[in-house]
Amino acid sequence: MIKKTFNKIYDTDIGFSFFNSKIAIISSSIFFIIFLCSFFAGIVAPYNPFDPASVSLMDAFTPPVWSEGGSASFFLGTDQQGRDMFSTMIYGSRISLIVGFASILFAMILGVFLGVTAGYIGGRYEIIVMRVTDIQLTIPTILMALLVDGIARAVISRSMHDEMAIYVLIFAIGISEWPQFARVTRASTLVEKNKEYVSASRIIGLSNIIIMFKHILPNILRPILVIATIGLALAIITESTLSFLGVGVPPTTPSLGTLIRFGNNFLFSGEWWITFFPAIFLVVLALSINLLGDWMRDALNPKLKKR
Amino acid sequence: MSLLEIKNLNISYKTRKETIVASSNVNFTLERGEILGIVGESGSGKSTIANAIINLIDPPGQITDGTIKIDNQELQNNEEIIQKIRGKKIGFVFQDPQTSLNPLFKIKDQLIETIQTHLSLSYEEALNKSINLLQEVGIENATKRIEDYPHQFSGGMRQRVVIALAISCEPDLIIADEPTTALDVSIQYQILELLKELTKKRNLGVIIITHDMGVIAETTNKVIVMRHGLIVEQGNTKDLLTQPKSTEARSLVISVPPTNKKIERFKLIGPDGSEITSSSANLTKNIIKTWGVRQNTNQKLLELKKITKIFDDQSFTYGKKIDDKAVKAVNNVSFQLFEGETLGLVGESGSGKSTIAKIITGLVRPSFGELEYNGLSLYNFKRKYQIDKSRGQIQMIFQDPYSSLNPRFKVKDIIAEPIKFFQKSITRNDLEKNVHDLIDIVGMTRKSLDRYPHEFSGGQRQRISIARALATRPRLLICDEPTSALDVSIQAQILNLLKDIQDELHLTMLFISHDLPVIRQMCNRIIVLKNGAICETNETEKLFNEPDHQYTKQLINLMPKIESLI
Repeated sequence: MIKKTFNKIYDTDIGFSFFNSKIAIISSSIFFIIFLCSFFAGIVAPYNPFDPASVSLMDAFTPPVWSEGGSASFFLGTDQQGRDMFSTMIYGSRISLIVGFASILFAMILGVFLGVTAGYIGGRYEIIVMRVTDIQLTIPTILMALLVDGIARAVISRSMHDEMAIYVLIFAIGISEWPQFARVTRASTLVEKNKEYVSASRIIGLSNIIIMFKHILPNILRPILVIATIGLALAIITESTLSFLGVGVPPTTPSLGTLIRFGNNFLFSGEWWITFFPAIFLVVLALSINLLGDWMRDALNPKLKKR
Repeated sequence: MSLLEIKNLNISYKTRKETIVASSNVNFTLERGEILGIVGESGSGKSTIANAIINLIDPPGQITDGTIKIDNQELQNNEEIIQKIRGKKIGFVFQDPQTSLNPLFKIKDQLIETIQTHLSLSYEEALNKSINLLQEVGIENATKRIEDYPHQFSGGMRQRVVIALAISCEPDLIIADEPTTALDVSIQYQILELLKELTKKRNLGVIIITHDMGVIAETTNKVIVMRHGLIVEQGNTKDLLTQPKSTEARSLVISVPPTNKKIERFKLIGPDGSEITSSSANLTKNIIKTWGVRQNTNQKLLELKKITKIFDDQSFTYGKKIDDKAVKAVNNVSFQLFEGETLGLVGESGSGKSTIAKIITGLVRPSFGELEYNGLSLYNFKRKYQIDKSRGQIQMIFQDPYSSLNPRFKVKDIIAEPIKFFQKSITRNDLEKNVHDLIDIVGMTRKSLDRYPHEFSGGQRQRISIARALATRPRLLICDEPTSALDVSIQAQILNLLKDIQDELHLTMLFISHDLPVIRQMCNRIIVLKNGAICETNETEKLFNEPDHQYTKQLINLMPKIESLI
């Protein structure tokens, strides 16, 4: 049964391309291991770093197990509060991934909606939407996210802020990523809307909403999927950058970026592991997603297919 | 010694899942002064052979066996020799003159570059030679026009330049791959005449690859008929066209619409060689039951009143006047369409045929004029299309069967969607029954309902397209070049199907085509269009037998006729 499904997947062009690309296999396995680890963080991680009962300041600054003074109970050492590095990273990547996925989903829904409608309806509406994306694209992602975060801080009361931080972050990153989606979606829509099956639907009298979202959208999903994958890596990095700058998630629930920021203070006093391991972890995570997106772009584009 | 000798040529394309044999065991020879035609349906391996001769087969294609000799010089797999021979001994004319010239170079530079690559001439000599060549292919004012860029030439002129390029290095062999398919009838005639003349004058060997039997009949001496990579028949053009022996050749000849008479139905030949006389007449019973019996009352169904379309007419919307120089895609066109008749719109590319269809279906707004369907105006005072006035009674069948079906929909969803749209409360059983009736009537199996469009051939997709158009119970069916992307034998099937459906269901049709023989077979009345304006409107037989307008006469005289040999 499993073999049959596997053969069926292998038989499709995309499946064949996947199983014949080492990069695709390796990067997707790494990504899924990280994804599963962070999803089941409670089971995988040896400690719960957010539980004050399990943290002891006495264990602070324990180096990794292979260094002098390392302890077998803390494989990658501990940070300045005595939290186990490995567990904190697993829990941190959970926050990074949640923010990444949620913000890219938000950006995708917004961008695709505006892109399809702009491409299909055209006219003044299209001009307005596309100029807004142009303007937005001139503002660097980080700056945009900082701006949103700053506004949110001013609007939301201090006590609420820590709770709301993650939503603000998702909104901030999402709002700075949507123009990519809008542009690609509009371009594909313009190609698709001149095809005769769209004309046929118009002659039948179907409403614009049905034509846009039932007929055109499924036919332009491929490029959107590629952008979403590469955008996911970008979103995770943006989240880390914001947290590194101290405007991201609160220190009580650290993400990878927050961990790097903490560690950064101790980098030159000898406690290198506090910043080193989260940084490597982030690089591996972002790289695996990026490589996956790269492969996907090539595999889904018939023009780039190797003969 | 023959100019070109091909022996036992085998070419195959290896893909991941299978090996496709593009040509197997191909043998033929070509002498100087001869024009050889290669015909066959799409995918029969015509172009593959031409590409093999100049060694331009795209990977993963591969010549697996055989020899190709020019003047006894072996070419196969000999890149060094082929480099010298390509352009020098063999000239190539491609299908689309729009893309076969580099738009960034002047004609002059393209000609001189080719000439200097193969002949040791100085720049001045090469320039003089280029001017002579352009004069030879019939470009007026050659000394001046040689300084122009490709976009400054029309399609036919460009194809002349391509031919000039092909003969620039005094080749012995010219290969023309569908040289006139992208051109209009009158220009096609000129290009073919030019090729014939050059063949005689320069004693060339010419290979013309085409799917058009008319072109074959008017130009070639010898013909090869191909199917699935095999030569099924070859011989003298006249013999082959008058007494075809193989099933494939018979099917090709018999499905060509005759230019000199009107026939009731096209004859079709099955794979076993026997004639097929199927008709969908008995299949329409169920449809008629659901539609209710219709009768033709010969009433006026559609009327166009002084319709004019100027593209890029935004300035008009803001209340400015349109200047007289604006190009009118449709210029003051008025005609009436009566219930039950088939009206043909014929004209060359750019004559506004398709724009008229789009205006009737509401895809394009007219700049001026009125459109009435069943006495109701389809465009309101804001020039907005009122689709609820026609309630799906106007449907259209498109030219390109590859883009007219949504690739993400199953066939049954494609057909069911319009039914569901017009009958919101339809039960599941009724819907299924309706869809089954429709797929039956267009001659497809019910199994095909669960498949996706890409699993079907062009002709089958066109049938699905017809089923979808019928799903809304239309009264007016607009066919915009419905068969021009199809092979002749498939074209005959689709045209038969359209005729049957029209007879049974009492449909009114507006049939748009550039192909005069097809129009003659399908229509009761014909409108001839030129540059967006009507030249002549007449009954079909009268128009063909005694055309009034000069332009109509020209069109009828110049169309390639398969009967010219018979």
